[in-house]
Amino acid sequence: MTRITVTVDGAKYSDDVEPRTLLVHYLRETLGKVGTVVGCDTSNCGACTVHLDGRSVKSCNVLAVQVDGHEVTTIEGLATEAGLHPMQESFHEHHALQCGYCTPGMIMQAIDVLNTHPDPTEEQIRLGLEGNLCRCTGYHNIVKAVAAAAKAPGAAAVSSSKVGD
Amino acid sequence: MTTRSIGHSVQRREDPRLVTGNGRYLDDLGRDALAAAFVRSPHAHATITGIDITDAWEVDGVEAIYTFEDLDELMARPLPVLIPHPALTHPRTCLALADTEVNHVGEPVVMVVARDRYVAEDAAARIVVSYETKPVVVGVAAAREAALAVHDDVPDNVAAHLIQEVGDVDAALACSPHRLTIPLTIERSACMPMEGKGVYAVWDRDDASMRMWSSTQTSTGVRAAVAARLGIPLARIQCMAPDVGGGFGVKINHPWPEELLVPWAARALGRPVKWAEDRREHFVSSAHERQQLQEVEVGFDDDGRILALDVKVWHDNGAYTPYGIIVPIITATQLLGPYKPGTYRCEFWSLYTNTVIVTPYRGAGRPQGVFAMERTMDAIAAFLGKDRTEVRSTNFILPQDMPYDHGLMFQDGRPLKYDSGDFPASLAKLKALVGWDDFAAYREQAEAEGRKVGLGIGCYVEGTGVGPYEGGHVHVETSGQVFVATGLTSQGQGHETAFAQIVADELGVRFEDVHVTTGDTRRMPYAVGTFASRAAVMSGNAVAAAAKVVREKALRIAADALEANPDDLEIEDGVISVKGAPDTQISLSTVAVLSNPLRYAFDDAAKAATQFAGTFDPDKPPVAEGDEPGLEGKGFYSPTQATFANGMHAAIVETDPVTAEIRILRYCVVHDCGVMINPLIVEGQVHGGVAQGVGGALYERMAYDESGQLLNASFMDFLVPYASEVPFIETDHLETPSPLNPLGIKGAGEAGTIPVSAVLASAIEDAEGFPILSMPISPSELWELRRQRASAAAHSATTEGDR
Ligand code: FES
Ligand code: FES
Repeated sequence: MTRITVTVDGAKYSDDVEPRTLLVHYLRETLGKVGTVVGCDTSNCGACTVHLDGRSVKSCNVLAVQVDGHEVTTIEGLATEAGLHPMQESFHEHHALQCGYCTPGMIMQAIDVLNTHPDPTEEQIRLGLEGNLCRCTGYHNIVKAVAAAAKAPGAAAVSSSKVGD
Repeated sequence: MTTRSIGHSVQRREDPRLVTGNGRYLDDLGRDALAAAFVRSPHAHATITGIDITDAWEVDGVEAIYTFEDLDELMARPLPVLIPHPALTHPRTCLALADTEVNHVGEPVVMVVARDRYVAEDAAARIVVSYETKPVVVGVAAAREAALAVHDDVPDNVAAHLIQEVGDVDAALACSPHRLTIPLTIERSACMPMEGKGVYAVWDRDDASMRMWSSTQTSTGVRAAVAARLGIPLARIQCMAPDVGGGFGVKINHPWPEELLVPWAARALGRPVKWAEDRREHFVSSAHERQQLQEVEVGFDDDGRILALDVKVWHDNGAYTPYGIIVPIITATQLLGPYKPGTYRCEFWSLYTNTVIVTPYRGAGRPQGVFAMERTMDAIAAFLGKDRTEVRSTNFILPQDMPYDHGLMFQDGRPLKYDSGDFPASLAKLKALVGWDDFAAYREQAEAEGRKVGLGIGCYVEGTGVGPYEGGHVHVETSGQVFVATGLTSQGQGHETAFAQIVADELGVRFEDVHVTTGDTRRMPYAVGTFASRAAVMSGNAVAAAAKVVREKALRIAADALEANPDDLEIEDGVISVKGAPDTQISLSTVAVLSNPLRYAFDDAAKAATQFAGTFDPDKPPVAEGDEPGLEGKGFYSPTQATFANGMHAAIVETDPVTAEIRILRYCVVHDCGVMINPLIVEGQVHGGVAQGVGGALYERMAYDESGQLLNASFMDFLVPYASEVPFIETDHLETPSPLNPLGIKGAGEAGTIPVSAVLASAIEDAEGFPILSMPISPSELWELRRQRASAAAHSATTEGDR
């Protein structure tokens, strides 16, 4: 067991973890943050995408011990008291989700795309989301939602990174 | 005036929880549960000669290890054949845990239950199963040849053989002016929902009852199956489908071995147990679909009118047939699409192979049938030198032919009789949308730029909304909030939204005040399931019927209270008033209070229903004879037959002259599913369906090697399309209402997927100028076809020259 201290969605946690524990399992099983889900075992689907120090990572591809001293934001840390994050709002408005299983990862990745390309072309959106699978929507409305969110103020920002201590 | 909700692109009720990570999928439940893991067969065909579990017990945290030997009599029986059919003469199903024989890689052999999944897998890795391998049957060709058998007692590998014929095909073929024979191949693909299967069970020892959750498309089916195998009365078991991360067919098959074993172990151990399928497990131990070999013989006249259509299908059903022969039956019947051939015969053989079982995957046999029919249409057009749409038009069933009875039996055991549709109108819309008549000019321009482009088309008819029934329950609580339950489950289709729209309209309440629960046997124990694009038709009409019952009751109680005639009342936004005298009104919440005569007031509103409130007639019993307390009602919808939706797709592709890379430039869909409850949701279904079709046409296949190993059992190698592979989908709709149900709706769930392989084959063929007879097609396969054509051409040029 190894002791780690990590900030997740603005709150600080200290836990003993097995060295082999994946970040996604630490989030889900130790912290109970089951909003981040698992869709594959080869790091291809992106369902588990979270932000590590502000950049997207696949949390099934990171060991919990690697995030010691770092800051993680999950889908559960996006909305504020003021309401949904603009990207969440845009996904809702454009019907960019059906079963919703890819959605947490897709939204986290979409925010990362806008961080890189604040005013993205269709191609930049599509390539930016390459790594996140959706089996339901055909991506049509996801691409539209991301493009529309790019026009909304604050779509690339992640609230909890401001909360950090 | 309340605006109607049906027909509007209302935003989904499901979204707020799902976009914030507050959805609850199977593996999100039961954090304290023990975890199950399985030892699965590494061989495609083998005899089990021994199982050694001693080492596994050394792992700290192991709670139980089960093999076939541990199963009781009920659990040791083969899994049920869900849909028996007289033609399915040799059905075979697997055991919950394999006993002496395994028939595909991935078949479960040992179950380990442990503190968590890490520990369970550690222990599973230490279990040694000894096998004697047997020769394997992989692929339809090998199954058909039957040099080897999958099941010793089925030496020809034929699970089922069925012929359906309408008219005298042989005679019609004999006198057809033109005849063509077309051999076709479709490979395996799979549903691949982003969430795998999963089961979580909690046994209450004191109450001797089970609560279980399954990532299923039928919670009532799972409940009944588990009750039967565990010997529990139905009254003591409840099954819920939580948020389900996609299904697409694979989760309608049931009970999966794990769906029996997890609750069985939970009861044996007296502890909650959970299993969440991982991706590799999903690849090798769930289900696949699609693989068929087909042979079409067609006779037609100079106009391209089909006089005789004779189709043979060799269908790969994998190692077992738990779901019967629904898939090839659908291929055989839905192949006909919008056309009326003079005579028709379809003969199929459903064959065993040592591969994962085959059960319906979105489209369920239709993509293969449509592929056969549409390839045939293109072949006829090419033979006669006619426009491909003209040949199709010549064979269309016309609106005045409706209802049109093909004289065949459909998958629900009822006549294949189309209820409505306007195929010429759909085709006209599609041609306009894609710019069919302008394509020649576009091609010319592309060719001038050194580009190769092609235009393809595909049409289909889809039987949707099959019975037997669904039910709805509507309850207006005293808060005025309306709670609706229907038993079928949801996997992303937006049922909470669509059914709320229907109830809001039928009852006269605000959409916001309606709350829908699906797939929970506690709330609606009678249901069938979500498959065959049936949810909107079946449960939509069922909740509408239930809402009508409630509405009538509400009007009756209100009429008493307002001393008015029920016929003079109307309900709007949850308020009942006298038409023309809106001040004489009573709210639905008050009516709900009055509907339930009370002895005890639990809040202010409830006082009105108590015995000294003076609101009742002392000469009548508090609950009238034949009446029930409460403002609630039930309704069921059970149609005599399926309703038939239809659509037509066209695509423009570009093929790279050097690398043979295939790019979709445009994809157009004209879709007719009758009245649309929510166009936003319908369009979403179409988009997603097309994307799955694109995957199946260009990228996805199950690469089995000759020993029955699935070589690409991961998302690394099985190529589900990313956003970079699917274009925007252009859609247009026709709304030809179904005359069969009060709402006039038809199903939409599978539509998008059905014709895609046919459409893209048609487009690639158009670009390349030679027939495409096998799908999916990769750039390397297209390149190889080009090479073969070129070398054949060079060869014949040489032979010419030699002469
Ligand atoms: S679960 Fe992390 S990429 Fe699939
Ligand atoms: S919405 Fe179901 S996988 Fe994307």
